[in-house]
Amino acid sequence: MLSIKNLHAGVEEKEILKGLNLEVKAGEVHAIMGPNGAGKSSLASVLSGRQNYEVTEGSISLDGKDLLDMSPEDRAREGVFLAFQYPIEIPGVSNINFLKTAMNEIRKYKGLEAMTAKEFLALSKEKQKLVEFDAKLVNRSLNEGFSGGEKKRNEIFQLAMLEPKLSILDETDSGLDIDALRIVSRGVNKLRSKDNAFIIITHYQRLLDYIVPDFVHVLSDGKIVKTGGKELALELEERGYDWIKEETVS
Amino acid sequence: MTNQIETPLYERFAAKFEIASLQSGNEHLRALRQEAFDIFRSTGFPSVKNEEWRFTNTLPYLKEAYDLEVVTSELSKEAFDQTAKLIAAHLDEVQHSIKGEQKGAYRLVTVNGRINNDLSVLPDAKDLKILSFLDAEHEPAFEQHFGAIATVKDNAFTALNTALYTDGLYLEAPKNKALDRPLHIVNVILADSAVFLQPRHLIVVAAGASLEIIETVITDKTTNPVFVNGVTEIAVAENAHFHHYDIQTGREGIRLVHRTEATQAAGSNYSNYTFTLPGADFVRNNLSLHLNAAGLESHLYGLYLTAGSQLVDNHTEVHHKFPHGESNQLYKGVLLDKSKAVFNGKIYVYQDAQKTNAFQQSNNILFSEKATVNAKPQLEIFADDVKCSHGTTIGQINKEALFYLQSRGISAQSAKKMMVNAFAFDVTEKVKIPALRTYLEQLIAAEMSKHEEA
Ligand SMILES: Nc1ncnc2c1ncn2[C@@H]1O[C@H](COP(=O)(O)OP(=O)(O)OP(=O)(O)O)[C@@H](O)[C@H]1O
Ligand SMILES: [Mg+2]
Repeated sequence: MLSIKNLHAGVEEKEILKGLNLEVKAGEVHAIMGPNGAGKSSLASVLSGRQNYEVTEGSISLDGKDLLDMSPEDRAREGVFLAFQYPIEIPGVSNINFLKTAMNEIRKYKGLEAMTAKEFLALSKEKQKLVEFDAKLVNRSLNEGFSGGEKKRNEIFQLAMLEPKLSILDETDSGLDIDALRIVSRGVNKLRSKDNAFIIITHYQRLLDYIVPDFVHVLSDGKIVKTGGKELALELEERGYDWIKEETVS
Repeated sequence: MTNQIETPLYERFAAKFEIASLQSGNEHLRALRQEAFDIFRSTGFPSVKNEEWRFTNTLPYLKEAYDLEVVTSELSKEAFDQTAKLIAAHLDEVQHSIKGEQKGAYRLVTVNGRINNDLSVLPDAKDLKILSFLDAEHEPAFEQHFGAIATVKDNAFTALNTALYTDGLYLEAPKNKALDRPLHIVNVILADSAVFLQPRHLIVVAAGASLEIIETVITDKTTNPVFVNGVTEIAVAENAHFHHYDIQTGREGIRLVHRTEATQAAGSNYSNYTFTLPGADFVRNNLSLHLNAAGLESHLYGLYLTAGSQLVDNHTEVHHKFPHGESNQLYKGVLLDKSKAVFNGKIYVYQDAQKTNAFQQSNNILFSEKATVNAKPQLEIFADDVKCSHGTTIGQINKEALFYLQSRGISAQSAKKMMVNAFAFDVTEKVKIPALRTYLEQLIAAEMSKHEEA
C-alpha cells in the first residue's frame, strides 16, 4: 500500500526528516512513537501534502502512485486521511456541509455519482453512532468551540465517513478521556479491514491496548530507528527512549 | 477653492443649472436647489485633498463627455423590449434561488431612475404609496422631508444631486401598515452613450409601519460609461421598521456615488444591508444615520467583494443624539485581483446621548498581493456613560484552514469559496429573507469561480 523510501524533508532550510523508510501493507496497523520534536507530525504533514514542507530526496508511493506529485486534495481522493494532532476551527463552515462537499468531491474523482441528501444523512447517522459523536456537533461550525476531545472525535467521525485507504492518526488519543478513548478505539477497530491500513502516532502505550498494532516503530531525529511488535511499546513505556538512542549510536 | 477639481463637466453643470433654475416652478424647491447648487459651485467635485476623499480619486471617472439629459419620460419601443427581456432574465436568476421557497416580492422597475409602471407589479396604494419623485412635490410628507434629511454641506455630490436631480421614487408606507411581502426595486441602467444620471428618492415610513425593500441593478451589455450620482432620503417615524437591502452589481463603465441618509424617531429600527459585488468600476456609498430620539436601533451591515481594478468605498456615519440609542455596524470585505476598498466608519455620540451602545467592526481579507484596503474607524464621543467598541482587521486567507479542507478531498477552489462564504457569513446570516440570502451566497460563489486565480 504505502512505500516511503529514503525520505528527506524539511521546512525552510531546516531538515526534519532525514532518510526515513517505511512500508505499510493493506490490513496492517503501524504505531509510530518517539520523542517530542522527532518528526512524527512532520511525516504526517508530508504524507498529506502540507505546503510548507519541502521534500528534498526520496519517494512516497501509494499503491504504486507517486503521492509527492499530487495536490493535498488528490491525495485525499486517493485515500489518504490525516486525523490532525491539532484540528483547526473554521467558523462559518458547517461541519456537515463541509463533509458532504468532501464526500462528493472524492466520489466525483472516483467517477461515482454524488450521494443524495437522504443517503448522506443515513450514512452520517450510522457513523455518528459508530463513534458516538454528538448530533448537535454535526450541525455546528467546523470545530468551532469544540472541546479538545470533541475535536478529536470529529476527526474520527470524518474518517468513518470518508473510509480512506490509509489513515494517519496523529496523537488522536491525547485529550481524550478514558471513555472517549475506548469509544474511538472501538470505532477504529470496526473500520479496520484487509483493504485499509492505519498509521497511529502516539506517546502512550495505552491506546495500543485498544488498537493493537502489527508493528511499532520508533521515530527519532527524523528516522525510524527501531521497529518491533506490540511488545516494543510496553518496553518504551517502561524504559523511555534513551536506550534506543544509545543503541543506535553504538 | 484649492481643493476643487476643474473639469469640463463642472462647467457644463453650471450651464445646465442656469437653464434649469429658470424652469423650476415651486418657489421653495427653487430656493433649495439654488442653495445646493451654490455649494456645488463653490466646492466643485472633491479632490483627494479633501479628507473624506483621501483614498478615492473621482477625477478619472469624471473625464467622460457624459450626456446630462438622457432621462426621457417615455421609453422607445426598442428600449422597452430590451428592458423587459433584461428583467425577465434577471428575475429568473434571482428567483432561481427562491423557487418554491416563498411567495416572492412586489416589483418596482425604474429605468435610469424613472419608474416604469408597465414593467412593475405594485402593491395596493393603500399599503404603500408609490409615486414618481417629480409627481410627489405636493405630498405633505414630501414637503416635510425633501432636502431636510440629506446633508449638502461639504457633500458636493449630494449638493449637485439636490440641484439637478432628474427623477426617482417617492415611497410612503402609511401608518401601521406592513406589506405582506418585500418590495423588490429593480434599477435598470440603459446607456446608448456616456450618461450621467442623478436619481433622487425619498422613502417615508410612517409611525408603526414596516417596510422591506430589496434593490438590485440590471445593466445593458455595453461598456458605455455611466455615472450615477444618487441620493436617497429616508424618514423612519416612531416605532417604524425599515429593512433596506441594496445589492450593488454592475458592469464595466459604471461609476456609482450614492448617499443614503436617514432620520429615525423613537422606537424605530432602520437596518441597512449593502452588498457590493464585482462589476462596476467604482462605488462610493455614503450611509448616514441620524438617531433623532431616545431608545431606537440602527443596524448597518455591509459586504464588499471586489475584483479587477474596482474601487469600492464605504463611508458610514452614525449620529447618536439622544440617550439609549443602539447602533450596530458590521462591514466585511473580500478583495481580489488589484481591487481597492475603503471603509470609513464614523460614530458620533453627542453630549446628551448617555447610555448609548455603539458597536462597529470592519474585517477584510486580501486574496491578492496587489489588492489594497484602507479601513478606518472614527469615533467622537462627547457623553461619558456609553458603551462603544470598534475593531478593524485586515488579513489573508487562513492557509491552515485551507489545507484542512483540502486534506479532506476538497479542491483548493471550492475550499476558498467555502471560506469566503464563511467569512461573509456573519453578514449574510443577518439577511432576514432566506431566498435573498441564498441568492447572495450564489452571487458570491459565482464571482469567486470567475476569479479562479484568486
Ligand atoms: N513550520 C516549522 N518551522 C520550523 N520548524 C518546524 C516547523 N514545523 C515543525 N518544525 C520542527 O520540526 C521538528 C519536528 O516537529 P514535529 O511536529 O514533526 O515533531 P513531533 O515528532 O510530531 O513532536 P510531538 O511529539 O511533540 O508532537 C521540531 O523540532 C519542530 O520544531
Ligand atoms: Mg506531533
